[in-house]
This record gives sequence, structure tokens and C-alpha cells, in this order.
Amino acid sequence: MIEMIDLHKSFGPKVVLNGLSLRVGEGDTVALVGFSGAGKSVALKHIVGLLQPDMGTVRVDGTDVPSLSRPDLYELRRRVGYVFQFAALFDSMTVAENLAMGLIKHGGFSKDEIEERIADSLERVELEGYEENFPAELSGGQRKRAGLARAIAFGPKYLLYDEPTSGLDPVTTTVIDRLILKMRDELGVTSLVITHDMDSAYCISDRIAMLYDGRVLQEGTPEEIRRSQHPVVKGFVEGRPELVEEGSGGMRIFANTPASRRRI
Amino acid sequence: MTARTATWARPFAAVGRSAGGFFAAFGRFGTFFVEMLRSLRDVGTWVPLLVGQMRHLGVDSIPIALFLAAFTGIVLALQASYTFTGAVPLYFVGALVGKTMILELGPVLSGLALSGRVGANIAAELGTMRVSEQIDALETLAYNPVAYLVVPRVLAGILMFPVIVIFANAIGIVAGWITAINLLQMSTDDFIRGLRLFYEPFDITFSLIKATSFGLVVTAVGCFEGFATKGGAEGVGRSTTRAVVISSMLILVFDAFWAVVLLQP
Repeated sequence: MIEMIDLHKSFGPKVVLNGLSLRVGEGDTVALVGFSGAGKSVALKHIVGLLQPDMGTVRVDGTDVPSLSRPDLYELRRRVGYVFQFAALFDSMTVAENLAMGLIKHGGFSKDEIEERIADSLERVELEGYEENFPAELSGGQRKRAGLARAIAFGPKYLLYDEPTSGLDPVTTTVIDRLILKMRDELGVTSLVITHDMDSAYCISDRIAMLYDGRVLQEGTPEEIRRSQHPVVKGFVEGRPELVEEGSGGMRIFANTPASRRRI
Repeated sequence: MTARTATWARPFAAVGRSAGGFFAAFGRFGTFFVEMLRSLRDVGTWVPLLVGQMRHLGVDSIPIALFLAAFTGIVLALQASYTFTGAVPLYFVGALVGKTMILELGPVLSGLALSGRVGANIAAELGTMRVSEQIDALETLAYNPVAYLVVPRVLAGILMFPVIVIFANAIGIVAGWITAINLLQMSTDDFIRGLRLFYEPFDITFSLIKATSFGLVVTAVGCFEGFATKGGAEGVGRSTTRAVVISSMLILVFDAFWAVVLLQP
């Protein structure tokens, strides 16, 4: 289980997270939605210890992540696969070498097992035959799939997706959405998906949480979020900025968040 | 509410901000350096990458260092002859070429050239990895990015810069000798006589100490600037420029430092 408890994070005077609390239960797929710059990726990075909270904590399987020593943090990262927004593939390596990186580091795999796992992971994301290609030779959708293959290669218990469908055409978006569902069904992973694409969020998640003003504004099933009467949530899911501005007390929403303005 | 600075105080405020920025950057570099030393313990991560970096940063840099050294040797021989003619015996050309190449121009010119080639290369490569989240990706795959990216580069610099400088010194002296016998009508015996006149074995040690410190400076600054990159392509460009400028300045500072520490009578 992943738990974010009263998480606070600021960068200089800019408050990004302001008491975020969210729980992702075993086997769940939770979508964390929100405006661009709302702090979704920042929240995700706290789970694997890429960022340290100013206040509050993150727990994975009951372990307090911010207080972990470096070896224990690396041990935790073996249980968590991270799919980056722009895939973050190592561009000087082939796709197969990218996938092998995690397997080599996590140890315990023979050369044959590594090759087998690479082939299996690429097959799962429908990218067979691309082992020897470099990231620059792949399309945007293929890179995302290769990034997903790298994240699942070492068999993680949790998968964190950072904007898995951003910048993709509608068909490729659907392909990625189906892959996320496939990972849940075939591998039984627990997933937290960062997105601002509501169609994707409805399609892939058991629950949706909306991040606004540094905290979860509303959380519920996709149907509950779709029918929400909260003006900010309704404005966000329906793409109506006037509703959001009304709900946030007439403040403009696209410069920065209300919390950040208060502190400047 | 932000307090407005009086007009007369603005230059002082600017100096204060610059000084604050300098000490903050110095502190960040210190933290980075300590982290690098700690990461030396992660032997399994950096050892397999060391030879590749020695080849990439060291062996591949030899041609540019030799090119510089060869022309420096030619110019040194001709300028020495121009200065000495009619005043000092011409075999002193060998002394000046040898002494100047080994003590100063071999290590310093190689260091400056490599701050452009190696320092810029490291800062641009690591900066691109930083802004494209490849360094974060390394962390999520349970790698220590400092052990994986920084340690092999810095050790390769420390080990290979002295090798490059030995080659550069040798080629500079050979170029000076060829110039002396072909353009200055000196004999090989005269050139070697001059070369041996003031030679001290410590000269080579001094040259290698400088080269080692320059290797450390160029690679460590390149890695630090690469890791600190922010803001996309523009940020990568900024880091690359800073890496070259700072490492070039530090080479000159270390050059003076070693002269003061090791050459004072």
C-alpha cells in the first residue's frame, strides 16, 4: 500500500504541496489528476525518494520513505517501477540495454534470464523486434512503451506512471491505456497514474483524486468524479475555466496556484 | 512586502548578492565533492565503466593535445632563438624549450584545451541527462548516479591527464628539436646539451602533479555543472559554458598555486 500523509513541499517561495494525503490500496489503480503545474509529478517523486518532503510523510508497505537510509531506499526502489513522462530512456543505449539496466542492478539474474525478461517485457508492451534500436529511432508512443517495459522488467509490485499519455495521438493514447490495464490484470501491480487526460483517467482507474491548491480536493470513483458538482472539479473535468475561476473565488488559475500566490 | 534598496546602496547590494551566490555555489560544490568521495565505496558500479571513460576522455583527447604541443614547441624554439641571438649561446634554445614545455606550457595548454573538449562534453552530456530525467531514471533503477556517472569520469580525468601531458611534453620538445635543426641551423648535440643543462627529475614530477590536479578540476567541474543543470536546452548551454569558464579559471589558479607551493626556493 502507498500512503501520502499530509505532504508539504515548497520550492523557494512557491508552495507546491500543501497537505496532500492520498492512499493507494493493494491492487488498486488510482489516477491523480490536476492542472499543469499543480504538483502531481512532485508528489510522485516523493514515493521513490527522489524528493524529500518539507513536512508529512510517504509510506510504502508501511515503511516511512523519507527516513530510509540509502541502501534501504534502493531496496524499496526494486519494488517500484517508474514510467517517466518522456520515457527518460538512456539515449546512448539500445532498448535492450535500457531494459537490462535495472535487471543487472537488481542482481540475481543470469544472462539468459535477463535476455528472457527483456524479450518478455517487450512482448507485453508489443515492442518485439526493437531490442537493438536506439531511443532516437523510436516514435513517441514506442518510447513510452519502451519506458513501461523497462519499469516492468524487474517485476515491481508498484507502478508509478507520470503522464503516460501526454503528447500522444488519440489512438496511441488508447493503446497506452490498454497497456496500463493489461499490466494490472496480468501482473497484478498496484498503480498510481498522474494525468490530466480525463478520458484516460476514467478508462484506467478504480479511483480518481483531484489535486488542487496542493492537496486532494475530491476523491472518488470515476463515476463520482464525472458527476461532481464541485465547481473546480466540474470545471476541470468538463474543460470549463469559468467554472474553475468561480469555484476558486474568482482567482485566475493558470498563472500559479492560489497557495503559491499567498506565500509570495 | 519587499523593501526597496536606496540608489546609493544598490552597488553594495549587488556585490553582496554576488558574494552570497559565490559562497552558496562553493558550498554546493563541496557537498557534491563529498558525495563523490562517498560514492567511491560503490566499487561495483564505477569499476566496469572506468576503462571506457579513460578511452573516451583520455585516449580520444590525445590528438588535440599533441597538435597544440607541436605548434607550441615550434614557436618556443623560434622565439628563444630570436631572443638569444647575439646575447646567449644558441644551445640555450634546448633549455628553454624543455623547461617551458615541461614546467608550464605542456600541462597548462593541454589542461585548457581539455577543459573545452572534456569539460564541455561532460557538462553537456550530464546536463542533457538531467533535463531529460535520465538521472532520475537511474535513481529509480536503484543506481547511485554519482557512482555511475561522476566517479568514473573524474577518476578517468585524474588518471589520463598526466598521460596526455607526458605525450604533449614529449611532442613539444621533439617539435622544438626539429625546428632547431632545420630552421636554426643547430645540431642535435647542441639542442640536447641545452635540454640537459637545467633539467631536474623533479620537473617531470611537477608537471604530472599539475596535470593530475587539472584532470580533477576539469572533470569534477564538468560533472557538477552537468548535475546542476536546469531549464532545458538553454540550461544545458549555460552549464556547458560555465563548466569551460570555471575549469579554465581554476586551471590558472592551480597553476599559480603549485608554483607557489612547490617552486619557491
